[in-house]
Amino acid sequence: MLKARIIPCLDVKDGRVVKGVNFVDLVDAGDPVEQARLYDAAGADELTFLDITASSDNRDTIYDVVRRTAEQVFMPLTVGGGVRVVEDIRRLLLAGADKVSINTAAVHRPEFVREGAQKFGSQCIVVAIDAKEVERGPDGEQRWEVFTHGGRNRTGIDAVAWARRMAGYGAGEILLTSMDRDGTRQGFNLELTRAVADAVTIPVIASGGVGTLDHLVDGVKTGHASAVLAASIFHFGTYTIAQAKEHMARAGIPVRL
Amino acid sequence: MKVRVGILDYGAGNIASVAQAVATMGGEPRLLADPAGFDQVDRLILPGVGAFKDAMDALSARGLPDALHDWTAAGRPLLGICLGMQVLFERGEEFGDHEGLGLLAGRVRRIPQLTTLGAGLRVPHIGWNRLSPPVGRAWDNSILRELVPGDWTYFVHSYTACPDDPDTCLAETSYGGHMLCAAVRHASITGCQFHPEKSGRVGLAIIKAFLEPL
Repeated sequence: MLKARIIPCLDVKDGRVVKGVNFVDLVDAGDPVEQARLYDAAGADELTFLDITASSDNRDTIYDVVRRTAEQVFMPLTVGGGVRVVEDIRRLLLAGADKVSINTAAVHRPEFVREGAQKFGSQCIVVAIDAKEVERGPDGEQRWEVFTHGGRNRTGIDAVAWARRMAGYGAGEILLTSMDRDGTRQGFNLELTRAVADAVTIPVIASGGVGTLDHLVDGVKTGHASAVLAASIFHFGTYTIAQAKEHMARAGIPVRL
Repeated sequence: MKVRVGILDYGAGNIASVAQAVATMGGEPRLLADPAGFDQVDRLILPGVGAFKDAMDALSARGLPDALHDWTAAGRPLLGICLGMQVLFERGEEFGDHEGLGLLAGRVRRIPQLTTLGAGLRVPHIGWNRLSPPVGRAWDNSILRELVPGDWTYFVHSYTACPDDPDTCLAETSYGGHMLCAAVRHASITGCQFHPEKSGRVGLAIIKAFLEPL
């Protein structure tokens, strides 16, 4: 039986981790490779690097980070942030990434997702959706819209319809982040997660808002997510990956222990 | 002397991790874009990320299908990974019906959309899943010999190989109640649907076994 996945996310800027693990035994807390090794040893199921490098001059640093990580860590690696053209995908895969996550570029040109899936296979194309709750629909139903640029730009696109469309274009997974919950530690937006997960037949990774281990359980059980992504609860040492997995297992969710 | 492992580089994705896994386990990886280097290596790995037809077109453009037939006919070891295992078969149904390498008898079909109980099943099959030997099959003398049934490996695929001869299937994994073929073995040919190069300790043990004589 397939296991629910726990995926820590590391923010990488100019080749250095800016939001990462506060483990005391790190020689260099800013080195993504060291952080990746620790998460691998801790039993993380996958790892996601989010490249938040602001200057395009420093874009090459992410390829170097991926290459050095893949040299030492034999676990699945997803890279997101700034993936805009097919050549970006190719370079990341050649460096050792397994999946790329596409966000803004998909909103600007949805065909990009289809091109990526046809060239490299659906299995390596993750579409990241940043969604925010908006005013209710005509029948009083809850609605969420896709936002870009870290939640600043409203697109007018319905998040559930967008997820369905991206799955139809060949996306292999949806990484769904609730902008309302991100950073709040109040738990995933379960209504949003469930609405999207039930609308598509590809796996959905829930993200945004995890503060307790019960939130991870809720994401899978109530939100119907196939995987949960979290940053701060692991980075700040609040919980270990092992604690998270044991907690999920006790709640009856199959995990890789 | 290190075992020289040719890794076929035909433009299909993630060869860096495969090469790294081979090097980590003491082999000497060599990237080969065509059959010219075949006589300089002891083993061949056919990796693969992408779609069935694109992979076959790329292999054909490099003259690799005939060379792979000659290689395996001579009893030399070949390991196909993920799509690289799928193209070993006669036909694949991804984006149409396409001819494969035909080194193994059988077809590659889409993973069913429903579980055996009739509920919706998410495809791709992505994540860690357990390996088990089919009934009556043992892993001695195979690249899985260091594993125990129930070991976890990492899968990411939408299509699944269906060998004509059930004895070809070396390992299975259960998804939605379906037993999917997770590894194959026929003469000197082996294949893994999962990614050993991404399956941590278990995956590295498989790569190590592939480097050693059976």
